[in-house]
Amino acid sequence: MRVGVVTFPGTLDDFDAARAVRFAGGESVSLWHGDEDLAKVDAVILPGGFSYGDYLRCGAIARFAPVMSSIIEGAKNGLPVLGICNGFQILCESHLLPGALTRNKGLHFYCKDQELEILNNTTLWTNNFKVGEKIVIPLKNGEGSFQCDDKTLAELEGEGRIIAKYMGENPNGSRNAIAGIANAAGNVVGIMPHPEHAIDSLTGPSTDGLAFFTSVLKKMVNA
Amino acid sequence: MSLDTVGVAAKSPAQTQPWRELGLKEDEYQRIREILGRRPSSSELAMYSVMWSEHCSYKSSKVHLRQFGEKAPATDVLLVGIGENAGVVDVGQGYAVTFKVESHNHPSFIEPYQGAATGVGGIVRDILTMGARPIAILDPLRFGPADAPDTKRVLPGIVAGIGGYGNCIGVPTIGGEVVFDETYAGNPLVNALCIGVMRHNQIKLAKASGTGNLVVLFGAKTGGDGIGGVSVLASETFGSSKPAKRPAVQVGDPFTEKVLIECCLEIFAEDLVIGIQDLGGAGLSCATSELASAGAGGMLIQLDKVPLRDANLSPEEILMSESQERMCAVVSPEKISRFLEICKKWEVVSTVIGEVTDGKHLVITWNGEIIVDVPPRTVAHDGPVYNRPIKRPAEQDALISNTTKSLAVPKSGSEFRQILLDLMASPNLADKSWITSQYDRYVQGNTISASPSDASIVRLDEETFLGVAVSTDANGRWCRLDPYTGTQLALAEAFRNVAASGAKPLAITNCLNFGSPEDPGVMWQFSESVRALADGALEMGLPVTGGNVSFYNQTGSVAILPTPVIGVLGVIDDVRHAIPLAYKKAGLELILLGETWEDFDGGEWAHLQKHLGGLPPQVNLKHEMRLGKLMSDARDQIVAAHDLSDGGLAVSITEMALASKIGAKVNIPENHFVHLFSETPGRILIAIESDQVDNFVGRAIDCEITTTKLGKTGGDEINFENLFSISIAEMREINSATLPRLFG
Amino acid sequence: MTAESASTVKVIIDVMLKAEILDPQGQAIANALPRMGFSFSPVSTRQGKRFELTFEHEPTDKEIAEIKKAAETLLANPVIEIFEIRMER
Repeated sequence: MRVGVVTFPGTLDDFDAARAVRFAGGESVSLWHGDEDLAKVDAVILPGGFSYGDYLRCGAIARFAPVMSSIIEGAKNGLPVLGICNGFQILCESHLLPGALTRNKGLHFYCKDQELEILNNTTLWTNNFKVGEKIVIPLKNGEGSFQCDDKTLAELEGEGRIIAKYMGENPNGSRNAIAGIANAAGNVVGIMPHPEHAIDSLTGPSTDGLAFFTSVLKKMVNA
Repeated sequence: MSLDTVGVAAKSPAQTQPWRELGLKEDEYQRIREILGRRPSSSELAMYSVMWSEHCSYKSSKVHLRQFGEKAPATDVLLVGIGENAGVVDVGQGYAVTFKVESHNHPSFIEPYQGAATGVGGIVRDILTMGARPIAILDPLRFGPADAPDTKRVLPGIVAGIGGYGNCIGVPTIGGEVVFDETYAGNPLVNALCIGVMRHNQIKLAKASGTGNLVVLFGAKTGGDGIGGVSVLASETFGSSKPAKRPAVQVGDPFTEKVLIECCLEIFAEDLVIGIQDLGGAGLSCATSELASAGAGGMLIQLDKVPLRDANLSPEEILMSESQERMCAVVSPEKISRFLEICKKWEVVSTVIGEVTDGKHLVITWNGEIIVDVPPRTVAHDGPVYNRPIKRPAEQDALISNTTKSLAVPKSGSEFRQILLDLMASPNLADKSWITSQYDRYVQGNTISASPSDASIVRLDEETFLGVAVSTDANGRWCRLDPYTGTQLALAEAFRNVAASGAKPLAITNCLNFGSPEDPGVMWQFSESVRALADGALEMGLPVTGGNVSFYNQTGSVAILPTPVIGVLGVIDDVRHAIPLAYKKAGLELILLGETWEDFDGGEWAHLQKHLGGLPPQVNLKHEMRLGKLMSDARDQIVAAHDLSDGGLAVSITEMALASKIGAKVNIPENHFVHLFSETPGRILIAIESDQVDNFVGRAIDCEITTTKLGKTGGDEINFENLFSISIAEMREINSATLPRLFG
Repeated sequence: MTAESASTVKVIIDVMLKAEILDPQGQAIANALPRMGFSFSPVSTRQGKRFELTFEHEPTDKEIAEIKKAAETLLANPVIEIFEIRMER
């Protein structure tokens, strides 16, 4: 079970995502942005960070990287793809997911241990959760406010494609407190908070994030 | 304007030069003429002027800083000492940790965001250039009164700048301090500390050796940033009107620094450099002269090869530019193509600009003409050395005799309750989440303990759980009353914070923030402070590995309170056994370690009443070391611990309760006021299981540490029996409201 | 600023957030203006981006079509932003 973790110039949490994959029992494979070859991995993670410094718009430049053309192709054919934070931004910019992430309502970069409610456990990345499960994982970003038009929102809600919502006070002004969404096929998931930082209570607020990674490995074993 | 070459200079000795405008004194200019045997070219003049400025040459502090070497304790942990970009210590298991703290005070007053951001960028590069991956940042910050308009101007920008830069380069910001005091109005202090880790055999030094080896400039292109910033800004105080020196501030690009970090680490892993130096204050002037000085002395640089952002820069400006995110390496011809290949992979601009020669001079050419020809040591190391006059201020005696005994002493429980609320609501003790939540504490996934905590702790090894703990501390008010004792008290506190976390202190760094060295009273404070730190380091057996001096922190003739910031680094063999601040359960015994005396002068209770006078508490470093040993020996018994400092015991108990979200019920010995609020050093509050108490007390007796049983954890209020109580909810509300109310 | 010859043409692309998207930066600016003592009070204050592409010739129709494509795919995110292109001579 090999999970690719992409590094763009400016990516920060690739190391942590790779660690999370190992903690979950998988093998992490480092993928370079300039290389179209996905090394036959079984799944791909686009980690958090500030790819290209967040210049122009977060993820706007990374989406055109050579590796992304292979990932977009793969995703259309069912390849599991998880975008975390900047990765979520890249997925939206590449139109693998609808909507866009914009500047936090409060304008500040905000790092806190955030409570979420899991709403969908049918996707490849969330099937190890229970619906309604409350988890606490770190949120850390300046541009995490999810926005979309009414039509998109209706689709996401109607089709149950919102995978997690913020509990308590909305930390960034995301529409309907949306913290993460999936594509229609359920293989592409974007999430704003960082599950890879909640895999070990020694270094994070909980181990709640691990289930994102065990989910995809479970699915791959059973596939 | 025609080029002022060395040849032209030799033929025109009488030409007037703007040495005064560049910050040089007349005798310094004459000395340059003596060294060269002619007048300097304008490029040489530019180089000497920046490198001989206070900020770069340490001319006023060198004679005092020598004591760190002279009084250095015998130690086997020091791998690299003072003199390099940062000190390096051996933490065991083949790991070497480098750490250093630096200041960027004046730029942060002028342009808060960029001043703070580039301060972070600079210290991170100092760590990177030692061969290390930067793994944590701490930021000791000091501002004027929290409700002053200028604080509202600088604080948000500085915090945003530290976060904006640190977060983007992927280094967690996990600790520091935030202090508000009238003294820093107009002179905020922005100090930044960075820690890095590497294997022993990966340590890199800044030297250029081997004739024919190439000098490579890589990183960002060079522009007009910070031209003259060093000599113009840091070496001059501000007038009382807003400073107009805006264009001299550097602008940082953290994305470029992040790719530079990854690029360098790959280069280091393949052992491709012989020497490396980062470009900070004084840019290329500094990097080339220091690299050349550390080698045999010969270097040739073709300045026109420097890649430029602005094609209109003159050679003098290129030499003085402080454009950020640039490094200079010495690479052998066999390894250069692989070096350049790695730079290309990361899209880092890299250019060979020169080579090491077998001469004794640093020679710089511009389109084939020689514009600099100097002995590099005279630029980088043999700058002026001043023995500034020292005079204990005349008003010091009056200050000392005005003790807190003149203040009315509260006696009732309700008065004590109000004092505690006032303290916890005061900006200095208020909850700092408004600030710390703007920093990413999680990146790299190795943060064990971050603010609020006594020490910041980072894991180094995922298999052995080896880690390091760092704390920074300073107390300007105590140092004003007695700079010697005040400095040792700061050392004691940083040591105690590291020990309270279960780590073993190993080494010291320091950032000495003072007023003008031309003021004999300030020099008295400075000399006393350095003497104290050197004496203290020797007594505690901790080497001073390096640090930074920031002079000229004053407005007009009024200097800031002398503020030496002391950083202590410790090692922890297993971070799973680090001692947390929060006690997490009810029914634990709370025990106070150490004795309490009447120590209110210069403390927070006095500060609330705008009183500064008397003498700081007595410092006892041997006691602090015994206390540290007790914490270490009994580490596995101690469930939680918090050191006592500002506001004394009442504040410490409250802070532990808030962090734990669980109350406490304690019985405070008489004299109540003294036991609640006195700031006697050498004390730690611990939480421990009841069945461990007797054994622990026995260990404490062995270490000669007194213990006082105070009470137990539990409940939803902080209850000082028979005196007063307050619910956790009410305390949290008051403690958390201050910063958001002030800064939005 | 670089010296510009008489034949320089600037293609300016202005990018703004769509009206229905929250603009917290515009909001912050709107709040700051009266605090600074300015007496004008617009009904709306929004922040956008301006891109300048400088050519030393008059851009051809083909080039303009390509610039429009670049604006749609890179310079602006059509999900949340609108853009306008104009020339300055």
